Amino acid sequence: MDRKLIGKRVVRNEDPRLLTGHAQFVDDVHLPGMLHAAFLRSEYAHARLLKVDVSKARAHPGVVAVFTAEDMGKDWFPGPPLVSPPPTVKDVIFHSRRQVPLAKDKIRHAGEAIAVVIAESRYIAEDAVEEIEVEYEPLPVVLDLEQALQPDSPLVHDDLESNLAAWLSQKKGDYEAARRQADVIIKRRIVIERGAAAAMENRGIVAYWDAQSEHLTIWDTTQAPIPIRNGTAARLGLSEHQVRVIAPYIGGGFGPKIMMFYPEEMVIPWAAKKLNRPVKWIEDRRENFYATTQERGQIHEVEMALSRDGRVLGLKDDFLHDTGAYDPYGLTIPLNTQSHNMGGYDIRNYSSEFKVVFTNRIIATPVRGAGRPHGIFVIERMMDAAARELGMDPVELRKRNLIPPDAFPYEHQIIDQAFAPLILDSGNYKAVVDKALELIGYEKFLKEEQPRLRREGKYVGIGVVPFIETTGVGPYEGARVTVEASGKVNVTTGIGTQGQGHFTSFAQIVAEQLGVKVSDVRIVTGDTSEFHWGTGTFASRGAVVAGNAVHAAAKSVRQKVLKLASKVLEAPEEELELEDGMVRVADIPQKSISLGELAVLANPLRGAVEPGTEPGLESTSYYGPQYGATAFGTHAMILEVDPQTMMINIRRYVVAEDCGTVLNPLILEGQIHGGVSMGLGNAYYEKLHMDENGQLLNASFADYLLVSSTEMPRIEVAHLETPSPLNELGAKGVGEAGAIPVPALFAQALENAFHDRKLEVLEMPLSPNRLFELLNDVTQ
Amino acid sequence: MSNTFALTVTVNGTRYERSVEPRTLLSDFLRHDLGLTGTHVGCEHGVCGACSVLMDGQPIRSCLTFAVQAHGHEITTVEGLGTKEELHPIQQAFQEAHGLQCGFCTPGILTTVKAFLEQNPNPSEEEIREALSGNLCRCTGYQHIIEAVELAAEKMRG
Repeated sequence: MDRKLIGKRVVRNEDPRLLTGHAQFVDDVHLPGMLHAAFLRSEYAHARLLKVDVSKARAHPGVVAVFTAEDMGKDWFPGPPLVSPPPTVKDVIFHSRRQVPLAKDKIRHAGEAIAVVIAESRYIAEDAVEEIEVEYEPLPVVLDLEQALQPDSPLVHDDLESNLAAWLSQKKGDYEAARRQADVIIKRRIVIERGAAAAMENRGIVAYWDAQSEHLTIWDTTQAPIPIRNGTAARLGLSEHQVRVIAPYIGGGFGPKIMMFYPEEMVIPWAAKKLNRPVKWIEDRRENFYATTQERGQIHEVEMALSRDGRVLGLKDDFLHDTGAYDPYGLTIPLNTQSHNMGGYDIRNYSSEFKVVFTNRIIATPVRGAGRPHGIFVIERMMDAAARELGMDPVELRKRNLIPPDAFPYEHQIIDQAFAPLILDSGNYKAVVDKALELIGYEKFLKEEQPRLRREGKYVGIGVVPFIETTGVGPYEGARVTVEASGKVNVTTGIGTQGQGHFTSFAQIVAEQLGVKVSDVRIVTGDTSEFHWGTGTFASRGAVVAGNAVHAAAKSVRQKVLKLASKVLEAPEEELELEDGMVRVADIPQKSISLGELAVLANPLRGAVEPGTEPGLESTSYYGPQYGATAFGTHAMILEVDPQTMMINIRRYVVAEDCGTVLNPLILEGQIHGGVSMGLGNAYYEKLHMDENGQLLNASFADYLLVSSTEMPRIEVAHLETPSPLNELGAKGVGEAGAIPVPALFAQALENAFHDRKLEVLEMPLSPNRLFELLNDVTQ
Repeated sequence: MSNTFALTVTVNGTRYERSVEPRTLLSDFLRHDLGLTGTHVGCEHGVCGACSVLMDGQPIRSCLTFAVQAHGHEITTVEGLGTKEELHPIQQAFQEAHGLQCGFCTPGILTTVKAFLEQNPNPSEEEIREALSGNLCRCTGYQHIIEAVELAAEKMRG
């Protein structure tokens, strides 16, 4: 299709507001009479709560109220289950235990909220928190996933028989039969530990109850304003139309901002309504480490069966997944892991069961990648181990097993995170791998550069890792497109936005159809009073699912424009063209009318209207995929390690990416760069260190190291396009893609750098210290 | 608590006289007392750099500075650069090179870059990376930020 705007490097509509400090973030909301909240959080990871004495805090000057679980009375009940267990899988076990607004009787993770102080200023609220006296009875702490399942383990939830939160098994083909036919069996144990999402903006919420109109307005740093509106209405016994949730500009999401409901999201609106005053709570960075959800903790026992010529006959992966103290997010993360364990490979026999485990840690919910990096780490580590065992080039082994282009749609016969069948819709995987190899100069590096560098005493390795990313899952999103009398276009959609450039990519989609300037399309997202159907921004689905809803609505408005213009200009529709904000008769440019004039004609103030017509040039459309679109990519890097200090230098970093139709390459590349930086953090810098009592030892940015400008390499990105047949735009998601293969790639490049020392990496994240230990182990 | 200090400070060219508690952070003072919410607070322990503003032209962490320390000084925040209608060349460069995504860390980066380019109008990539190493960004992977700074330097050299 010949496209004017889709696929172009259009600069962003939203930037002038953000660049001048005029974009409103939640902490920028200021209301007359607004109070400020601060939470008292548990010092212990596991304890009985014997007594909470708030009398001194209540007497503190400037304190308006202090609430504990007891004070909430009948309004105290756990949050709703966010995702239900999959109904279609046989024998699934799922024990739903949800987080509570304020802890009662028992503490299940360090940082769990116990009481909230509401005061005239945040300074006073924090002073008064210090005056709350709590009596705890500390309990033995559950942290280790394997020990947690031992019969003598202390219990996170006393009413359960064990710390098993869930169990699920999925099979494709017959792994045992494949194993019997195999020439080679590879077995490994793989451990992946926790990290933080660490959006630059912490969470926050402002709630304002207008008692006269009986209307509640909430500003929330959420990726899912509509479910927050509906759930808040249900909690407070209000109509959904009495609640408006606004997710304004959000300072990065990366997953945890779609966790629902956080204790603060249950407490703050309730308190604002009770006190009849606006209340603001803004998380600080330390709280973010203790109270915002995290991800990544899993232990895998993997087995791969291969033939001597390098065909993967089967894969078996049984794993434990750490859900933390509660499991409101259901099985999304481990199901994603199960869905990515076979990567982009044609593996006919697969068996995987997982156990989800309660621990005394913060709740685990998706963080950019959401279980996918684990699956890719597992399969790619096994591929490398197999290549060594078979004496085969690791890239050649991968190529022999890639799903061929004529095998799509490729059915995996298991279900994915959306409980839909895991079907890879389309792709040309080998072409993407070849592109990455060409850009990184794979052969030349191995044959010429690496031996030369090694002679110079340098440890430099290469890695090449292909991966899939399931994206764009259901259920649906919607959008409303309106041409206004000014000729400008307004678009509203229900999803939230956290920096992905939706104000521009959606505008491009609309401008493409209506022939207006991208800057003349105003996008409204994340305000339930503007659009109240939809689910939220997760699973790399914004551009795919909301994008296609916007596309459908824009096309429908285009039809209305053509129909009306045809009447006004007395010309057949097929002779009309939409350009520069005008509808013109092709070849007779003087016969034209502006979109704004048409919008006025479509909404007359007087006169008769034909029965059955709708006013205005407006249309609302929805898009819901049958199953998700799956993107594919390959990352390659050349990594140098200083063998004395273990400091690294990434000499080259290459990404070949096929996410279907590219809407805006500038935005796409930005998404990939950011994903890679988070992936490098997951590989070498970002590990949450916890002591034996369940206390974080590095809960600050001084100790928990995010990748900074001096560690990031320059990234070269190449695009290949295999449009998805599942949606009209042909789009596949890309939001999480950058982060997914990086730990696997990093491990491979390290092993390649130290190939003469037989280093094997089976854990993530590493660190310079840990790499030093691993190298010492293999040397001895 | 009633112990307050009579503060006089110039912010973005406007002189303000306010009475503040000595413990009030400069970041809170700018954001909540003056309503200049463009300065963002990301960590409140001086690492992330989102709250960076200029004091007498030099970048400082406003979350690690008490408002009273700004007494008699000149502060420049992001609101003091350009306007939406007329962006500062650094802001233009950030839009053109896609040097921001969520935009939360951006105000601190813009003020840091302003001071940096005034001292070093023709920086190398290495120097730019070094200059930005005290500003964390979780969205961009820094590449487009670095390209934006290169472009801004070019624009400002004219």
